[in-house]
Amino acid sequence: MGLFILRRSGVMILTALCLTFIVFILTNLEPNLEKLAKTQGNFRMSDEAVNSWLNNNGYGQPTVVKYGQWLGALPGWTRTTEEGVTGRCITGTQPEAEAGQAARFCGILQGEWGYSTRFKDDVASIISVRLGNTGYLMLWVLVIMVPSALIIGVLAGMREGSVTDRSLSTVSILTTATPEYVSGVILIAIFTSSTVGLKWFKGTATSAMENPTFENFFLPVLTIALYGMGYIARMTRASMTEVMTAQYIRTARLKGVSFHNIVLKHALRNALIAPFTVIMLQFPWLLNGVVIVETLFNYKGFGWILVEAAGNNDIELLLAISVVSVVVVLVTQLISDIGYVYLNPRIRIS
Amino acid sequence: MDPLSWTGQIAFLNPVLALGLGLLGLSVLAWIGLSSLLPENRAITPSGAGLSLPTGPRELSGLVVRLAFLLTAAVIAAYLVLGLALGTGAGIIGAIAQRLLPVWIALVLLFALSIRFKQRLGLYGKLFDSPIGMIGFGLVMFWVFTGIFGAFDLIITHDPLAQLSGLKNKVPGTPLPRPEDGDFQWYLLGGDNLARDVFSRMVKGAWEVVKIAPLATLFAFMAGITLGLPAGYFGGRIDTILSFLANLILAFPVILLFYLLVTPEIVQTGLPQYMAAVLFAFPLIFFTVLINARFRTQPQQNRLWLSVVLIPLVWGYFSLINQTGSKINFLPQSLDLFNIPGGILVVFVSVVFVNSPTVFRIVRGLTMDIKTRDYVAAAQTRGERPWYIMLWEVLPNARGPLIVDFCLRIGYTTILLGTLGFFGLGLPPESPDWGSTINEGRKLLAIYLHPALPPAFALLSLVLGLNLLADGLREESMKD
Amino acid sequence: MSKMAEYDGPILEIDKLSISFFTRRHEIPAVMDFSVSVQPGEAVGLVGESGCGKSTVALGVMQDLGKNGRIVGGNIRFKGRDLAEMSADELRDIRGNEIAMIYQEPMASLNPAMKIGRQLMEVPMIHEGLGEKEAYDRALEVVTDVRLPDPERMLQAYPHQLSGGQQQRIVIAMALMSKPALLILDEPTTALDVTVEAAVVELVRDLGKKYGTSMLFISHNLGLILETCDRLCVMYSGEAVERGSISEVFDDMQHPYTQALFRSIPLPGADKNAHPLVAIPGNFPLPHERPQGCNFGPRCDYFEPGRCDQGEIEMSPVAGNDRHATRCLKHLEIDWAAPITLAEQKEKTQPGKVVLQVDNLKKYYEVAANALFGGGAKRVVKANETLSFAARESETLAIVGESGCGKSTFAKVLMGLETATEGEILLDGNNIEQTAIEDRDTRTISDVQMVFQNPFDTLNPSMTVGRQIIRALEVFDFGSSDQDRKQRMLELLDLVKLPRAFANRMPRQLSGGQKQRVGIARAFSGGARIVVADEPVSALDVSVQAAVTDLLMEIQRKEKTTLLFISHDLSIVRYLSDRVMVMYLGHVVELGDTDQVFSPPYHPYTEALLSAVPIADTSVEKQHIVLEGDIPSAMDPPSGCPFQTRCRWKSEVPGGLCETTVPPTREMQAGHQIKCHLSDEMLARMSPVITVAAE
Repeated sequence: MGLFILRRSGVMILTALCLTFIVFILTNLEPNLEKLAKTQGNFRMSDEAVNSWLNNNGYGQPTVVKYGQWLGALPGWTRTTEEGVTGRCITGTQPEAEAGQAARFCGILQGEWGYSTRFKDDVASIISVRLGNTGYLMLWVLVIMVPSALIIGVLAGMREGSVTDRSLSTVSILTTATPEYVSGVILIAIFTSSTVGLKWFKGTATSAMENPTFENFFLPVLTIALYGMGYIARMTRASMTEVMTAQYIRTARLKGVSFHNIVLKHALRNALIAPFTVIMLQFPWLLNGVVIVETLFNYKGFGWILVEAAGNNDIELLLAISVVSVVVVLVTQLISDIGYVYLNPRIRIS
Repeated sequence: MDPLSWTGQIAFLNPVLALGLGLLGLSVLAWIGLSSLLPENRAITPSGAGLSLPTGPRELSGLVVRLAFLLTAAVIAAYLVLGLALGTGAGIIGAIAQRLLPVWIALVLLFALSIRFKQRLGLYGKLFDSPIGMIGFGLVMFWVFTGIFGAFDLIITHDPLAQLSGLKNKVPGTPLPRPEDGDFQWYLLGGDNLARDVFSRMVKGAWEVVKIAPLATLFAFMAGITLGLPAGYFGGRIDTILSFLANLILAFPVILLFYLLVTPEIVQTGLPQYMAAVLFAFPLIFFTVLINARFRTQPQQNRLWLSVVLIPLVWGYFSLINQTGSKINFLPQSLDLFNIPGGILVVFVSVVFVNSPTVFRIVRGLTMDIKTRDYVAAAQTRGERPWYIMLWEVLPNARGPLIVDFCLRIGYTTILLGTLGFFGLGLPPESPDWGSTINEGRKLLAIYLHPALPPAFALLSLVLGLNLLADGLREESMKD
Repeated sequence: MSKMAEYDGPILEIDKLSISFFTRRHEIPAVMDFSVSVQPGEAVGLVGESGCGKSTVALGVMQDLGKNGRIVGGNIRFKGRDLAEMSADELRDIRGNEIAMIYQEPMASLNPAMKIGRQLMEVPMIHEGLGEKEAYDRALEVVTDVRLPDPERMLQAYPHQLSGGQQQRIVIAMALMSKPALLILDEPTTALDVTVEAAVVELVRDLGKKYGTSMLFISHNLGLILETCDRLCVMYSGEAVERGSISEVFDDMQHPYTQALFRSIPLPGADKNAHPLVAIPGNFPLPHERPQGCNFGPRCDYFEPGRCDQGEIEMSPVAGNDRHATRCLKHLEIDWAAPITLAEQKEKTQPGKVVLQVDNLKKYYEVAANALFGGGAKRVVKANETLSFAARESETLAIVGESGCGKSTFAKVLMGLETATEGEILLDGNNIEQTAIEDRDTRTISDVQMVFQNPFDTLNPSMTVGRQIIRALEVFDFGSSDQDRKQRMLELLDLVKLPRAFANRMPRQLSGGQKQRVGIARAFSGGARIVVADEPVSALDVSVQAAVTDLLMEIQRKEKTTLLFISHDLSIVRYLSDRVMVMYLGHVVELGDTDQVFSPPYHPYTEALLSAVPIADTSVEKQHIVLEGDIPSAMDPPSGCPFQTRCRWKSEVPGGLCETTVPPTREMQAGHQIKCHLSDEMLARMSPVITVAAE
């Protein structure tokens, strides 16, 4: 088991390196840098001026070297001019003596996430605040989504073809067919619009960042939860119906086990192995929902800064966001693998 | 001109519909309640009791549900038929029903022909045995026909880009203030915040989806199949490398990928074109190998078939990736069949790129299963080459799950396209696609509902249709 | 719950039972007018081919027919009470408590995520309200009863940690936990190896006696029924056709189907040349294609138009016999003692020159010790160990052995799907053991072909039959035009006695036997000279087996093919092969002419194997040899002689030689070799396992 986790972690780190490198290349493409130079300098820069600005700020180096520096695996660049020394790890231009004091490595491994050009602030602090907001949102999404999806799936799957099954399956198909930007719009229209007049909830969640209440927070949570719920419920149902037709369920039935004990003692554990993996692999998709819902409800979390960073060519922030989301995805995958092994005795004890 | 009401002269149907819907809702609730409270029928009935009238409250409630459903369906059909006959006389519904006349004709023809010949149509024919599948197929084909006829300017009432003054954010059924000759007199579903006709934009939006989603899914399948087959069949190192790459893409949050990939800056670098050059090469590889494997023993036929299939494909491929004034530009103008605007191309490429790893995983899994069958062993023992086995022995027998997934995946692609539109990525800002329209409409949602809801429901019903279609297909293909 | 009050009538009475399954469109009758009764302590066999409705009867008794199944007539009484009138709760009290069931697939019938102990303890906890402790004790006791080693550890294990034989013992233990009055066994040993099957059958028989349980034993194997049951009921196409005691039905049969069935199975007297099997003509009717009148009519030798095809035929008692009944109008007229009109007798073909020579062939695999977590030490699996033999033209060489014996690996190496680790395979004097299939020339490939086991898997489901044969012809470079190949394809269909119209059919439209014929046609399409038949008939029904076997031999005779017949079924091997090679865990333990192998001296494993095979003949006396334990895993073979862990002669070899040294191969007579440490005297003392009583 230990060896297994070790190997999985190794693959995970390799994946993370590959992915961040791809993101690094994509954000550091020439047109992006040119745009950066112009926003940081001035918009009517000549091509030479752009080039020299880039060279002066360390962007002229080969991509691999830049990636190494950003990661903190290579020493940060320095450049000596008449006024003193400037560099990746040095704020502004400083005399040589003081510059020598500065750290040689300053990448994300050292905790230096860089500086956001959009928010004029440290990337690390932006991320931590916004991630907190989103974390709270996600917590409630999971609290609502996972239990209800599992219950719907199990109820529908335990008697295939029954009334309950058909009604619940219809509901879950409907929710999987409704992406967040559709369900969000419909929910807002029904529950907040003055035209319909129900006005049960608030159409924006801006105030929820400081003071989340049922009124301003329920709709965004529901919007994300609905889309994922249908999918997980359908997976659970499929897994449950398969288990319910298995021979060993018939064995249990013909042993005289009562129906609810068949479901609870015999079927449930076997039926939950597959959906567990599905739930964990939902995280990359949940991020989608987060971005849409945060935009739709104007809730300033992780998804919102992603849109802002991407829209404003904020390279350092975008890189940090990628790192965080890739790590979140990979960690959930790791948990899913381990959980799968744990839940399934056929694999655990071999 | 007077503003149109929703139902006009057929308003008398409204209470009937309300009754039907109410009855349906109540009976469904009763049905669910009764069937979970009352014990399930024992599987054994005494002799003679075949198919007689339902007796218990359980069966009775089921019957009521069916009747209420039929009533509701009949009322809705009445709306459509009367609307068709009365046109604007029957209000907005009538007018829309009449505008959609070509779609109705096409649907009726398609269903009539399909049901008539369903015995001979294989899996497609069997679809018409499953009510779920038929409803799904109906919904999907409704939007497909709407898209196609819309593209021929048959259904739309106004130019989807034209802004008519005085119609900004106007409610459905508002008449044109200064109609010219030949103009349609109303904005059927109202005007949006730029005073454009919501109905026409919705119809045009269907074309945006119908033209991109199936094709993009098809390319994703080509790539996924071409890579998934060898990964599953050979296993070993090829599998490890390809699976790692697939997982790499899958671990990438889609939205982030879109934000990184679908930007004007990226289009400038030519990256989408290079990706297109790679992704669109898969069909070429696929067909070359397919034909070559089949006719390996008959060189003459092999050459014939290869040239018949490959020459148009290669030409199409070059035309597709070649674009004047971009990084890939080598084909003389006269030979370049068509040009795809950079924005569309990058949308297309990224959707294919995001979908293919999942297809890869499915194909790989199916291949690993099927390769243990005896007929594969039989092919091996008569000395068939691996690619023949993969393409002619394994792939045809994996078609069931792949077709089902294809339908689901078109739905997913539709959602992705909507997401792109919603964030204004790739597509031109005035594009009538549903995602962009929803995005524009949502800003004023608290006051004006009508610009955002039609595209939202359109997208919802199309994806729902695809899901139902996939369910119906899955059910029917399992019956074999 | 307490058991029902004492009751001294029949335990189970099924009276004119009819069961149908309902699909959206029509009703499919699965069982019609079926009656049988089981007395206390009696074991009743239910025998018939697949699809005859025997399992449906069992599920009907359990009242577990699923959503689509309905009892449409008759009734089932358990201890005098009609099961159909019981409430769901009463039914639950009976299931597992009074009636228990054992199924075909032991692995599938145990919950994979639940410990064995829990699954066993559940039964008395539900039905007798026992506490954990008592239930555990009971479980321990019953697990000891089913002769499982180390019962306490067993109870803590998960099902996947047990071998197939052990799992089936657990399933039996579970069924016996509440000491039921009736035990239903649905093909309980089909998934097991022959020697394991013999042990399980013996166990069931002993426990049935010990617990006084009545049994309903469902099987397709007449031999097994003979060994386990007191009475039997033969089913055909949803109906009981004959019912009576074992001796009556086996020796004084009164229904043409029963007679035909016995004539189509290879019994010890059968011989492919002198006494060929008589196959039942035609095919098993599908439920919606059943004929008017007698269901067996169209395939019956005694069929009389205008009489047998009119109206329903009732069960009628056979005068003079006790509770013996038959569903045949003509049973009084037919002369049951008339000798079989012998099928055409054939000259024994003389084997020609040596075509295939295998010398010291070894095939080792390297596998990772731990498949999931990867890494770890690699282990070597010795799939084939020093295989040597020669096969001649028009000779049938049978390769016999149970799972894991290496017969399939050998087939793979011969076909070129794997290459040998060591040793030689000579085809016409040319080495092919290191040539993978891609590197073989077309001639070699078409010379060595294979017929596969599973008829449902052997043809590509999405290609027409004709196309599949034509493809083989294309690959083998046959003919110069599509026309030639088409012509040849039609001739091949003629060869395997299929109508030419089948060329355009899809495989799913064919029955199992027909698919197997297409598989044979495909194998012979390139004029194969060596055909490896990997259990070609074991998945087919008894009545079809004979026809396919005959076909295979007829083609062999015509084409002078060398047939390598891989099988675990010694009856069929004895019937058709010229020479036999017995394998165990990768080793050839015995090799010789059929007569040499089937008569003493035996290798101890051959001896046990012969004793384990059930024979459906009351006049046959068998020595009773039951092997302990399971076949060791090929991943972890025992030291010394591979068979030493289960050998009953081991104590006769001095000095523990068996545990340390692999025995040498010894030549007994010309061409008969045995791999055993036993001394010549010991071997000479062996008596025949099977003796046919003088009539």
